[in-house]
Amino acid sequence: MAEPLLTVENLAVRAGAKRLLHDVALEVCEGEIVTIVGPNGAGKSTLLKAIIGAVPHSAGTIRKRDGLRIGYTPQKLHLEKTLPLPVSRFLSLAGGLKKGARAKVLEQTGILPLRDKQMADLSGGELQRVLLARALLRKPELLILDEPTQGLDQPAEERFYQLLAQVRHETGAAVLMVSHDLHVVMAESDRVICLNGHVCCSGVPSSVSADPAYIEMFGARAALAPYQHRHDHSHEHGDHRHD
Amino acid sequence: MIDDFLLRALIAGIVIAIAAAPLGSLVVWRRMAFFGEATGHAGLLGIALGLVLGLPMIVGVAILAGAMALVVTYATYRGTYAVDTILGVFAHSALAIGLVVASLLPGVRVNLMQALLGDILSVNWVDIAMISGGSVAILLVMVLRWRALLNGTLSPELLVAEGGSKLLDHLVFTLSLAMFVALAMKLVGVLLITAMLILPAAAARPLSRTPEQMVVTAGIVGIAAVGAGLWFSWVSDAPAGPSIVMMASAGFVITNLAQLLRR
Repeated sequence: MAEPLLTVENLAVRAGAKRLLHDVALEVCEGEIVTIVGPNGAGKSTLLKAIIGAVPHSAGTIRKRDGLRIGYTPQKLHLEKTLPLPVSRFLSLAGGLKKGARAKVLEQTGILPLRDKQMADLSGGELQRVLLARALLRKPELLILDEPTQGLDQPAEERFYQLLAQVRHETGAAVLMVSHDLHVVMAESDRVICLNGHVCCSGVPSSVSADPAYIEMFGARAALAPYQHRHDHSHEHGDHRHD
Repeated sequence: MIDDFLLRALIAGIVIAIAAAPLGSLVVWRRMAFFGEATGHAGLLGIALGLVLGLPMIVGVAILAGAMALVVTYATYRGTYAVDTILGVFAHSALAIGLVVASLLPGVRVNLMQALLGDILSVNWVDIAMISGGSVAILLVMVLRWRALLNGTLSPELLVAEGGSKLLDHLVFTLSLAMFVALAMKLVGVLLITAMLILPAAAARPLSRTPEQMVVTAGIVGIAAVGAGLWFSWVSDAPAGPSIVMMASAGFVITNLAQLLRR
């Protein structure tokens, strides 16, 4: 088997005397979608921050494949009203990319019409697509997405996952993300990690949703996973705007 | 014919206004106004230190303001107290100790009025050389690190994920700010340094659509405020530093009112 893109073993993160994460292990292989679920305060964002190196870990190892290119979308940006920032400038802040490559990503994510808009004026769905575009500019082999559909309504959420599926289809990038949308998670992920300070259970969606630890965390209804939505068919997106 | 001391004041003021433009914009975007205030207060202790050790004022202030920047960076990373608490503790401690030390110095009388309000009309050519050198250094750092500074403003996590360093970002910003405080101290004094940073940037905001536009506009507003303030001080005999800041606040009122009326 090929070397995994990312291997995390025995990871622990502390904030002062408080233990945020302990004994966390996970693995992401090429092309996989691995989703982290868990209650608020479970350390999901902290885990992603530790993986990208923004939060120091107190124990364990984080191994990335040599030269691994990561595209990251933070949970939120500090978009001060005092900072004038058009979408095009935000994207160019990623640095070191040719104009042609940027144009392609703009088209891919459908944000071409947003180019001249101010970042502070974007809707939640638009902002998430812009953040995804910025992550894609780095031609990532691994996308790390921190709650990309947080605060989106159902249709916007749906459109975001469609876009993500399409982008994955085109780039083959693996995805490690935090999500609250259990039905989508169960339908779309290759593996699910149920986190609450430590890994409660993990595995393919069908085994996780039957796991007692998962059912205890999210209730019996979540275990039924009635939502069978699949994106394994491909469909061309024209120039129509979603919003 | 323009008087020599007025010319020196004008040059020093313009140089400071240019250095303040990128730094002031960052201070506004990062909500770090109180940090400028704190380093300014630390500067008073720096003046006393300079007198004790026989160093030029700029050097004494630079050392203290730099130390303040490092201590605040460290304390912020420890994360035990909120940043504004840390800044409040250090700023007022430094201010109080500075006042005490200044009063205890044997045989030296620190001109407190001058330390608090500055005296741009008394700058000499040596001051101007130091202010210019320091300002060029600040601008160089700003240009070289601009992208990282903007990314650090938007999201420290994104900065790190794209290969940057949070600590380096913080040090670059706070030490540049400390340097600026040392340069501007003699011109506008402890009390009004933050005003030189924030007012031109805030006045520039309604006129700007990109970060870089805001910096350039802030520079223009700052230069205009220096010119208008010195003129006002000349004709009315009012103190120069406060006159300059008053003109900058007039700029803020005008641009923001204009934006309100346009809606």
